[in-house]
Amino acid sequence: MNMNLTLKIWRQKNASDKGSMVDYKVTDISPDMSFLEMLDVLNEQLINKGEEPVAFDHDCREGICGMCSLYINGEAHGPDRGITTCQLHMRMFKDGDTITIEPFRATAFPVVKDLIVDRSSFDRIQHAGGFISVNTSGNTIDANAIPVNKHDADDAFSAATCIGCGACVASCKNSSAMLFVGAKVSQFALLPQGKVEATDRVLNMVKQMDEEGFGNCTNTGACEVECPKGISLENIARMNREYLAASLKG
Amino acid sequence: MALDSKIPKGPIKDKWTDYKNNIDLVNPANKRNIDVIVVGTGLAGGSAAATLAELGYNVKAFCFQDSPRRAHSIAAQGGINAAKNYQGDGDSTYRLFYDTVKGGDYRSREANVYRLAEVSANIIDQCVAQGVPFAREYGGLLDNRSFGGVLVSRTFYAAGQTGQQLLLGAYSAMNRQIGRGKIKMYNRHEMLDVVKVDGKARGIITRNLITGEIERHSAHAVVLGTGGYGNVFFLSTNAMGSNVTAAWKAHKRGAYFANPCYTQIHPTCIPVSGDHQSKLTLMSESLRNDGRIWVPKHMKDVEAIKAGTLKPKDLAEEDRDYYLERRYPAFGNLVPRDVASRAAKERCDAGFGVNATGEAVFLDFASAITRYGKEQAHVKGLNENDAALVKKLGQEVVKNKYGNLFQMYEKIVDQNPYETPMMIYPAVHYTMGGVWVDYNLMTTVPGLYCIGEANFSDHGANRLGASALMQGLADGYFVLPYTIGDYLSDDIRTGPISTDTKEFEEAEKEVKDRLNFFVTNEGTHSVDYFHKKLGKIMWNKVGMSRNVKGLTEAISEIKELRAQFWKDVKVPGTNEEYNEELAKAGRVADFLELGELFAKDALNREESCGGHFREDSVELDGEQKGEALRDDENFAYVAAWEYNGEPSDAVLHKEQLEFNDIELKQRSYK
Repeated sequence: MNMNLTLKIWRQKNASDKGSMVDYKVTDISPDMSFLEMLDVLNEQLINKGEEPVAFDHDCREGICGMCSLYINGEAHGPDRGITTCQLHMRMFKDGDTITIEPFRATAFPVVKDLIVDRSSFDRIQHAGGFISVNTSGNTIDANAIPVNKHDADDAFSAATCIGCGACVASCKNSSAMLFVGAKVSQFALLPQGKVEATDRVLNMVKQMDEEGFGNCTNTGACEVECPKGISLENIARMNREYLAASLKG
Repeated sequence: MALDSKIPKGPIKDKWTDYKNNIDLVNPANKRNIDVIVVGTGLAGGSAAATLAELGYNVKAFCFQDSPRRAHSIAAQGGINAAKNYQGDGDSTYRLFYDTVKGGDYRSREANVYRLAEVSANIIDQCVAQGVPFAREYGGLLDNRSFGGVLVSRTFYAAGQTGQQLLLGAYSAMNRQIGRGKIKMYNRHEMLDVVKVDGKARGIITRNLITGEIERHSAHAVVLGTGGYGNVFFLSTNAMGSNVTAAWKAHKRGAYFANPCYTQIHPTCIPVSGDHQSKLTLMSESLRNDGRIWVPKHMKDVEAIKAGTLKPKDLAEEDRDYYLERRYPAFGNLVPRDVASRAAKERCDAGFGVNATGEAVFLDFASAITRYGKEQAHVKGLNENDAALVKKLGQEVVKNKYGNLFQMYEKIVDQNPYETPMMIYPAVHYTMGGVWVDYNLMTTVPGLYCIGEANFSDHGANRLGASALMQGLADGYFVLPYTIGDYLSDDIRTGPISTDTKEFEEAEKEVKDRLNFFVTNEGTHSVDYFHKKLGKIMWNKVGMSRNVKGLTEAISEIKELRAQFWKDVKVPGTNEEYNEELAKAGRVADFLELGELFAKDALNREESCGGHFREDSVELDGEQKGEALRDDENFAYVAAWEYNGEPSDAVLHKEQLEFNDIELKQRSYK
């Protein structure tokens, strides 16, 4: 059955505007719509009325690019689990519901406009060390020259599935980015290719993370719960071990 | 201007090596004085930007997303091909070359495809060295799987998110260079024009999507890695922001646009559910390794399934029509995409579609689950006849291979594909056509290069699965960095290119005028209103099956829609702020021109080849009755269109395709 809904949406003209919540109504929403398609309906309505549409980030709409964000009814990516906002479907809501939609909030994620935030702090952490220093040559060793234990390869892959959306930061009461950074540190720490630079990597990435204004991790675990890709807290533990070992060496 | 593909002389297997041995190089000290602009940060653009920076060039990279990691390559699922022959199943550079040319229905350029096959193995080595976590076997070596149109296992993968892992690899290589200051990254910037100085590409005009600021950027060469134009259909598996604008602006500045009608309609996508739909979602071709495609044999069962009185899993084996296995026994469910899509359409047009709209077929994993379950029970020494146990074990294996895809499906459709077959239908996925490039990947504008999906060169009229990732990375890591050096070697004494010239000023003014038009035009319909209309025309008349009448109508309807758009489009807000509607307006304006050229190209090509199926060109009898019929005598050429005002005035240039190493023949997958 199609639904009528009340939306309470954060509107903020630009980074320097104060911003406020504004109420909207949408009608005849199909349960098969995705959440962002529901917002498309609202925006079409606003445009036709001559009002400004609600700005939100989105691109692939299949849960992999990490562009969409949104804090829906107090949860990053909304009420469902293991998905991004673009994969959230309206069948999770009921006719007559009021839905609150806010941007991801963190000091390191300043609001750009409405529901869009600036996550370039994540990129800068990666610039500091999120790589293996190998040039493109065509003459690296054969891909099968170094076998990798399947268990380690699978764990590295799981860590590498992070989409960099920032839900972990938005969900954390301290706005910590430890899950995001831990995932990248772990991916490389688990692979033989990544071990060579492991010390510098973890020190540099953590340093940048702190400079960006992300908070500390107090092991609450909200990040893991809200992570659309199910990135495990083990990655934070692994990063802490790597960091400790690196600090002792350094 | 006559087209010169600049294919090196000599035997095909030596062309690339000889070429590399004989081109001009830029010495490392001089590279520091040369700037290169790379637009787009997907597999092609990202890998090119990183490699050019490693070589020592000053790179400026641009993407419209908030981070280079979000380019749509990230969504590629199934895998990447490489002629490693790790499985010892007879693979080789030649075989990958042959499969790709045949899969492309003999409409690609032999020399380019051979080079692609040649560098494919390097890509895997490079990615593993970067820490890309490909799937591995228990022995620690890399695993492979099979894709459509081939008889070997040469596809490397990382679950159902290979594109993500490869892109994050290229992104990490970029990050290293951004950290070193060798790449200057411009996120949330959209390229709105190419600037030519003395006939050469010397810069671009961009709009900062946050502030609306129009900027001039100069360089000694410009590289476009801006992806495909599938969104001309409105509904496609592309990301919402994927667009043709960069390629189209290049076209308008003199780059020929080749084979626009070659579009890949991918057979396994989640069917359209309603008018609200904003995009379509692919279910990876890798699923056809294990999934079997079928519809009921009898109409009464179709009706019962639609009415909900019969569950698909309860329909007896003998009442199912595994139509791909029936029609193509040699390749079965792994026929190439164009063939699989047309076969699905054929069954649905005949009334056998299994959902409410009649546009869906089943993709069934039940037999794979049983097969894997039995294997696991055997390995673990458990009872192979315990059906519940076998099912559980089998589901675990399938989950391991395709878990993320099954989850995506369940979230969208609200059905559990471990328990009931998936419903799928073809959707627009990839565009083989694109900006014409020579062997150097240079367009018809000197100094303007085009790589990855944005160019036309390697996939002919149909791309094989897992070849897009291969081509993007081949172009960016291993081809362009060599070929561009040959061109730039003439620029070592040029010095920085000034943006303070009349060429930049004029281009900037054009861009500003157009943006200004949009925000001041007092129209009545949103950008999406026009985009959806364009999409409907394209899908209905320029889609999976094309004929003269439909194409002719499409051309005039698109023309009319374009006129209406320029009169009546409504864009809220201003230029000096984040304004997604304004960005979309510019993209749709370009789609409205490309769409017409697309239909014109389809009308011109009076043959069926690959993804381009003309109803007036089919085999009339014999074993291949009803299959697509190519016309090699008249159409073995690349149709490269020169811009000349309106799309209808575009001038056709033909690059004749020569096949010296592969014999042209009817593509048979029977």
